Amino acid sequence: MITTNGATALDLRHVKVFYNEKLAVDDVSIPVYKNKITAFIGPSGCGKSTVLRSINRMNDLIPGARVEGQVLYHNKNLYGDNVDPVEVRRRIGMVFQKPNPFPKSIYDNVAYGPRLLGIRDKRTLDEIVERSIKGAYLWDEVKGDLKKSGLALSGGQQQRLCIARTIAVEPDVILMDEPASALDPIATQAIEELMKELVKQYTIVIVTHNMQQAQRVSDYTAFYSIRKAEESGGQERRWGVLGEYAPTDQLFSNPKSEETERYIRGEFG
Amino acid sequence: MMEPTPAQERIKDEQAFAHGLASRHLRGLVWERFFQAAIAIGIIALLALMFNVVNRIFGVIAVQEAIHPSELSDVPLEELTPDQLSALLVEHLPSGARVLVRDSLLGGADNYNANRTLTMGEFLPGVALPEAVAQLTLTDLQPENTQTLLVAAMDKNTLLEEAYSQVVGRDVVGSWPLTEALFNRAAIEAEVAANYPNATLQWNNWLDGQFLVDSMSNTPANTGIRTAFLGTIWVLVLTLLVAFPLGVGTAIYLEEYATGDNWLERFIETNIRNLAGVPSIIYGLLGLAIFVRALEGITQGRTLISAALTMALLILPVIIINAQEAIRAVPPSIREASYGLGATKWQTIWNQVLPAAMPGILTGTILGMSRAIGETAPLIIIGAATFIVKDPTSAVSKFTVIPIQIYNWAKQPGGQFQDIAAAGIVLLLIVLLLFNATAIILRQRFRRNLSA
Repeated sequence: MITTNGATALDLRHVKVFYNEKLAVDDVSIPVYKNKITAFIGPSGCGKSTVLRSINRMNDLIPGARVEGQVLYHNKNLYGDNVDPVEVRRRIGMVFQKPNPFPKSIYDNVAYGPRLLGIRDKRTLDEIVERSIKGAYLWDEVKGDLKKSGLALSGGQQQRLCIARTIAVEPDVILMDEPASALDPIATQAIEELMKELVKQYTIVIVTHNMQQAQRVSDYTAFYSIRKAEESGGQERRWGVLGEYAPTDQLFSNPKSEETERYIRGEFG
Repeated sequence: MMEPTPAQERIKDEQAFAHGLASRHLRGLVWERFFQAAIAIGIIALLALMFNVVNRIFGVIAVQEAIHPSELSDVPLEELTPDQLSALLVEHLPSGARVLVRDSLLGGADNYNANRTLTMGEFLPGVALPEAVAQLTLTDLQPENTQTLLVAAMDKNTLLEEAYSQVVGRDVVGSWPLTEALFNRAAIEAEVAANYPNATLQWNNWLDGQFLVDSMSNTPANTGIRTAFLGTIWVLVLTLLVAFPLGVGTAIYLEEYATGDNWLERFIETNIRNLAGVPSIIYGLLGLAIFVRALEGITQGRTLISAALTMALLILPVIIINAQEAIRAVPPSIREASYGLGATKWQTIWNQVLPAAMPGILTGTILGMSRAIGETAPLIIIGAATFIVKDPTSAVSKFTVIPIQIYNWAKQPGGQFQDIAAAGIVLLLIVLLLFNATAIILRQRFRRNLSA
């Protein structure tokens, strides 16, 4: 069905996520191609963020969350027995919806990850910080004042700082959970351009509410939708499923399912 | 009657509205006045306290001397050498100053009577005495021996003090508070002239430098707060050293590691909250049973460390609860960001959660320490000394603290000790403020680091 071009960075196989033994996302199987941008779209509550967070095991931090199935990374199941989530999160970095710089200086924000790994040498850190901030296209704006608090930057700058912080630990994959939803259009454009640069080196998975954004930046798109069922007590149970996965052009120009088409036309969201 | 038009209805409504509006505003005004009155009462109470204390600290005293210093020596006593002062004491005191030796150096009559046969060398192993004196018992001391002994065992200030109090007999025979001294001076002078013809009136400030450096004494003029002040500092520092790491550690465990879904953890949490309200005297009993009695081998009984451990137990709940609140208030986004970069749990706690929670943790610590500074009841139970002249030198020293001295002075007969109690209160408040100010500065520094 899908023509594979290039190697996969990740392979999600029959991933199911449960919160407190309630099914949240059912049976997601998709590849994530190396040096491509994969977008997750879908209505609120469809579980796209949940799937994203299960890729680098951020869901482990939520009490009662459980993942079934496999997330293959270099043919190794990230949910296998002797996989340390700490190691997973270093290789698969994450950028969050709301810019969340640490209440520290710009320098310390970016140096935080390398320091966690035990890098103490000032010269090495300086190099990493400069390279990472340049990589996030923030260098010209902050180079004179790396001692300034990260919280003193504008929203868009903060988000690019968070991206700089993420690439400072040299991950393979960067997960972005609606990285531009809290930003104004100009800052959003800056982030989108940055993503197009980053994807030359990294593999990116982005969750977005904004279909134009998915269309503009992504190579592949996964559409998630919601299934509902009546429970015995008369309560409604909802969970997310993978609706459709295709190269972005194809999914937007020629969606296979009617649900995808209706979502793309903006009939629900 | 005609139906009211819609416009008339509206006007009626507006009138009703306007009518209700005045009473609503009035109700708000009444409450506002009530709150203002509450603050005013608080300020008045505070001012009354300050006035009362200041009024007692400053004032005039009547001083009477048995022998005028000029009859003893041609130069002021301050200019005499230790040898001359010692000779003066031996010459003028009963039984050649042997009573002074017994009371000041040999631990008083009771202690001496229990060990009558000991020589001076055995009584005072820490003092370098000439061989001739070291071999003598108290009854064998000749005046020249006593003079040598005094010079060897006392410094010049102590000798001078003894000369003033015992030979000159400088004694405060009356004291009057500031208001009386200012507005009723004539009556005071008349009273002094009638009752103590030899006494002179002079202005006095009980909270002077001498009060801070003197150790305790039975005479108001010579008594000071040094021992208690040092005791308070020791207790506070030891308490902090015990309570801060334990309290913050407990809070970290309960917030970050405990899942909160088993009965034991819920039981612990509930009990910590209850312990914060337990009366302090009960902690005193606990401290007496555990630290003073059961662990006597380690704490050596009624010592600073026993007191500090008891105080630490007392303020632990306050520190734990506040630290828990502070840790809980750290935004989850910061933790997620840290985990997302590959931090371990401990790295996240140490690098992000604790620094962000530190202002709140310090607030709790300030509250706890403020409580510990003023607590008296548990220390009385534990057995803080009420009269002690030796400074605390280690964690197992006997001790006393400022509030106990205040209590002790306040219950003494004689107005001057009450004035001294007032001076002690002011000193206690100053210590409290300094301690809190330090913590607040620390807290602000952390907070500044956290914000933009």
